[in-house]
Amino acid sequence: MEVLECRIVQAPDPNADVPRLVDHLFRREAGRLVAILTRHFGIEHLHLAEDVVQDALLKAMETWPFTGVPRNPSAWLLQTAKNRALDQARRGTLWRGKQQMLSPLVEDCLHAALTVPPPQFEDEIRDSQLRMMFVCCHPGLPAEAQVALVLKTLCGFGEGEIAAAFLSTEAAVTKRLVRARQYLREQQVAIELPSAAELAPRAGAVLQALYLLFNEGYKASQGDTLLRAGLCTEAIRLGGLLVLHPAGDRPETHALLALMHLDSARLPARVDDGGSLLLLAEQDRGKWDQAAVRRGLAHLEASGTGPAVTRYHLEAGIAACHCLAPSFEQTEWNQILALYDRLWKLDRSPVVALNRAVALAQLEGPAAGLRALEEIEGRAALENYHLFHAVAGQLRLDAGEPAAARDSFRRSLELAALPAERALLERRLAQCGG
Amino acid sequence: MPTQTAKSSFLLLFRHPQDNPDPTPEEMEKIFGRWMDWMKGMNAKGVFAGANRLQDTGRLLRGPRGATLTDGPFAESKEVVGGYIIVKADNYAQAVEIARGCPGLDRGATVEIREVEPLPEI
Repeated sequence: MEVLECRIVQAPDPNADVPRLVDHLFRREAGRLVAILTRHFGIEHLHLAEDVVQDALLKAMETWPFTGVPRNPSAWLLQTAKNRALDQARRGTLWRGKQQMLSPLVEDCLHAALTVPPPQFEDEIRDSQLRMMFVCCHPGLPAEAQVALVLKTLCGFGEGEIAAAFLSTEAAVTKRLVRARQYLREQQVAIELPSAAELAPRAGAVLQALYLLFNEGYKASQGDTLLRAGLCTEAIRLGGLLVLHPAGDRPETHALLALMHLDSARLPARVDDGGSLLLLAEQDRGKWDQAAVRRGLAHLEASGTGPAVTRYHLEAGIAACHCLAPSFEQTEWNQILALYDRLWKLDRSPVVALNRAVALAQLEGPAAGLRALEEIEGRAALENYHLFHAVAGQLRLDAGEPAAARDSFRRSLELAALPAERALLERRLAQCGG
Repeated sequence: MPTQTAKSSFLLLFRHPQDNPDPTPEEMEKIFGRWMDWMKGMNAKGVFAGANRLQDTGRLLRGPRGATLTDGPFAESKEVVGGYIIVKADNYAQAVEIARGCPGLDRGATVEIREVEPLPEI
């Protein structure tokens, strides 16, 4: 007898045409939805938008395994988030996360906003995200707050994940975000694209935040390497979003994208099977992502259309030299040196000088490189930088000074925190008989 | 593998704690993946016989002709029944093995397994 078979819901059919979920769907959707809803609610209710999006994603996580994945997951999520917001508004209940109760006036606006039809075109969704990017990268916010806000609202990262990526604490990240939201509320920052007059500096701020984000991910890391790689991917994705819109389609954006694609092209070869970092000279160039190189070069070409030469242009040029060299020996070091010379004019930081010294050593020998290290302005700032000592150690080893090299590598090891780097340094130390 | 003829039905009742911290979107993706894998696995083995997820709302009726009506059972319990699945198995041992795959178990949920009274054969 079949009547007692309580099959209210069809069993999920493994062969059914279930939409294949893209990687990081939940994170991506979080970013898209917060952007769309914040546009409806206004920046003063940013936290509200984040809360209802979180609720919608939770509901998806809990119900889709039972009901099956909807045909249009994005639309489902947006509708669910809106319903949740309407529901809360009707009940006049406290929003989760201790927001103040909504006044009736705001409730009406909310209702009106929520009955707006869903975005029909990808353009609209991208547009919302773009506006959100300019909001998050508001010049009045400190740089770390901008990046944290981007990661939380646009990229769907959790506070703990952001903390792990920046080697900070969850409490510190939460505090930073709270202050940032408060600032935006108080300033009544509007969610719109900057006017033509404001465009250059505002876009500049966005690029700076993305550059910071990328570099954070690009640094050799311990622990959650997937998370770090995620930062690079997100920076590239957001840069790609920026460049699609007239507001962001500028030579500097292309330069930054070139840099990011070219640098990330080399990531697959950076670590050996044992987890030790490999120097550029040691990397298997066959592992470099040639598709990323091509994308990077295309952006590099597009970046040459304006008069300005930013640090992104120069760094992209350096990255291109490396990516185009068939081997370490065949690298165009004179071009790289020239680019570092120009970069030094834009940014007189000791780290730039350090990298320049490495290039110089390739052209004129280790003794010249060591002299350049001695002459770095602001050298004192590098005393506690492990890479400075690692470079010194390598040059001393190459110059036939193994005892001095040992000292440098030991000093570097004292300062180096990351296992991958320590493994490399220990290898070097062994080579000098240390 | 449970046989077609000698199969009993077992109800798997899920209860999850109310105060779990929210997972991040990335964590949600992993949890979601584990649920899908578990569901698909059951279906592939032919042991799946229906499921429903319950909403976060409810009513509780008590007393003769429902003298007392309250909003949901939540006030009294820290755990909430989130849903149920019905599986086919030959015996409790098999049903338990199926239930062990439930991803909620890693997050403090409990799975109550109850055999369904079969239809009389006579």
